[in-house]
Amino acid sequence: MQHGKYRFIVGFLAVPLGLYGLFVVWPFIQSIYYSFTDWTGLSPEFKMVGFDNYKRMLHDEIFWKSLQHSLLFALVLPLVTLALALFFAFMINVGGRRRRGGPVISGVRGSSFYKIVYFFPQVLSIAIVSLLFAFAYNPDSGAINSLLRGIGLDSLQPLWLGDPSLALWCVMAVLVWSTVGFFVVLFSAGMASIPTDLYEAALLDGADRIATFFRITLPLLWDTVQSGWVYMGILALGAESFAVVQIMTTGPGGPDYSTTVMVLYVYQKAFRDGQAAYATTIGVALLVVTLAFAAVVMRLGRRERLEF
Amino acid sequence: MKTTDTSAPVPAESGLPVAEIGTSPGKAPKEKKEGTVLNAFSHGILVLWAIMVVMPLLWAVMTSFKDDSSIFGSPWALPDKLHFDNWARAWTDANMSDYFLNTVLVVGGSLIGTLVLGSMAAYVLARFDFPGNRFIYFLFIGGMSFPIMLALVPLFYVVNNMGLLNTIHGLILVYIAYSLPFTVFFLTAFFRTLPTSVAEAAFVDGASHSRTFFQIMLPMAKPGLISVGIFNFLGQWNQYMLPTVLNTDPDKHVLTQGLVQLAVSQGYKGDWSGLFAGLVMAMLPVLAAYIIFQRQVVQGLTAGALK
Repeated sequence: MQHGKYRFIVGFLAVPLGLYGLFVVWPFIQSIYYSFTDWTGLSPEFKMVGFDNYKRMLHDEIFWKSLQHSLLFALVLPLVTLALALFFAFMINVGGRRRRGGPVISGVRGSSFYKIVYFFPQVLSIAIVSLLFAFAYNPDSGAINSLLRGIGLDSLQPLWLGDPSLALWCVMAVLVWSTVGFFVVLFSAGMASIPTDLYEAALLDGADRIATFFRITLPLLWDTVQSGWVYMGILALGAESFAVVQIMTTGPGGPDYSTTVMVLYVYQKAFRDGQAAYATTIGVALLVVTLAFAAVVMRLGRRERLEF
Repeated sequence: MKTTDTSAPVPAESGLPVAEIGTSPGKAPKEKKEGTVLNAFSHGILVLWAIMVVMPLLWAVMTSFKDDSSIFGSPWALPDKLHFDNWARAWTDANMSDYFLNTVLVVGGSLIGTLVLGSMAAYVLARFDFPGNRFIYFLFIGGMSFPIMLALVPLFYVVNNMGLLNTIHGLILVYIAYSLPFTVFFLTAFFRTLPTSVAEAAFVDGASHSRTFFQIMLPMAKPGLISVGIFNFLGQWNQYMLPTVLNTDPDKHVLTQGLVQLAVSQGYKGDWSGLFAGLVMAMLPVLAAYIIFQRQVVQGLTAGALK
């Protein structure tokens, strides 16, 4: 298969690689370079300023707030989402009543219905989901508070997104709502590939469901859980959190910077405040956080691979 | 994951082996009761979450048929009559029709481009040995874990300098570039699983490399292309961050942007019912497509993460 091989390879790779290099790789390299300049983004002139932007960043209170919020996103969101998803997936696949003469392990009735419904938010744009929940959270006329009034909790009328101590949690709840379904389906597929004789053996030995979950399901599903963890963390640090915070919160990022996340801060510095160089500096910090997060999860979660 | 049925390797390092968990055989009555309680409990939780998922969506559909005063006055009340005019207003006055058209053009163009270019790159990377193969592969893969926002700041000026800012074709090119990492990753793995003998036979019969690719390999890779196509379709249809930065001209807005813009401008225009109609209009086609192609969608979206 040597005839014209290299011509073919070059011909096939040139366009995709060129496009990728021009629009993805080149901007990444540029932005690291720009973080050492005083470029505003508005005029083409700039000069090198060394580590000035990085020094400024270390003294920027809002940067530290955004870092804190992003870290909270990366820790809490995967934890809550994956725990909920594992629980639902286990209930759907293994939680069913044992029927006489039926299989030892069975899902609850209507398991495929649950899987279809839970997946709904995953196909919707996060922008649409955010808009919807922004209405639901509205303190006066929103669906949540009027539901609370409807069941007699007139005294309990939180400001939700308007309350600096609540706003960040409201935003996170929306992200949990929209991503749990994906992981339920993902884990269900993983659970379906665990051989049933393992469950049979455990049940014969008298293990209850909780023991079955922690001793069989979770260890055998660990690889999937771990890659889900990394995937969710990257989402929570990046594009998804940008959309929810930018669309839902006042400011955006408010009230009082209580919901500013790193990715939003980069956007605001670059495209609102005309400080492109400083924005790329925060972007580099975001890159470091993302890579560190992935490395930590892979390292902490490493364990002997189980073949079954 | 491997599914060889050996019963031996039960979790060894994570504590007790399964066999030691409990040993008494005569537990039948207790177990039965536990099963019933647990069953009711698990059903309850599952139903509750299903309601929590469906409720906001149904609420949005219901609200899109109400008039403005009842949206704010009594959010949970059923509409007094079906205000279809909301939908008409959203479609024409609020430019939803333009946003739809823009989105269809952008997603259509970038989906085709992504699949063609992605499969070409993936095929070469999966099937040919040449110096730099690994490097190019990892260059593509690396794009999956980098925060896109970091690149967006310089990208804005790259696109601007090329005169592609606020153009449909500019957006298409950027969408393709940012969809390539996952597409190449997924399709490279897929092409590796296809048998080599067919391509070799075609080659022996005198077909050129590119003819072998387009007439033999692409049809064989159809299942993979469908999965990754659905994945990219949803990602590109729902894309919000890229157009927000690169496509600021209101005439060129895509659906997600247009809706957000609409929501912001309602502060002074006050056509909330029209906005809800727009929201539902944007939701329904994807939800309908999902319900019809449910199996393929789920496969497409989870396939990458299971690898």
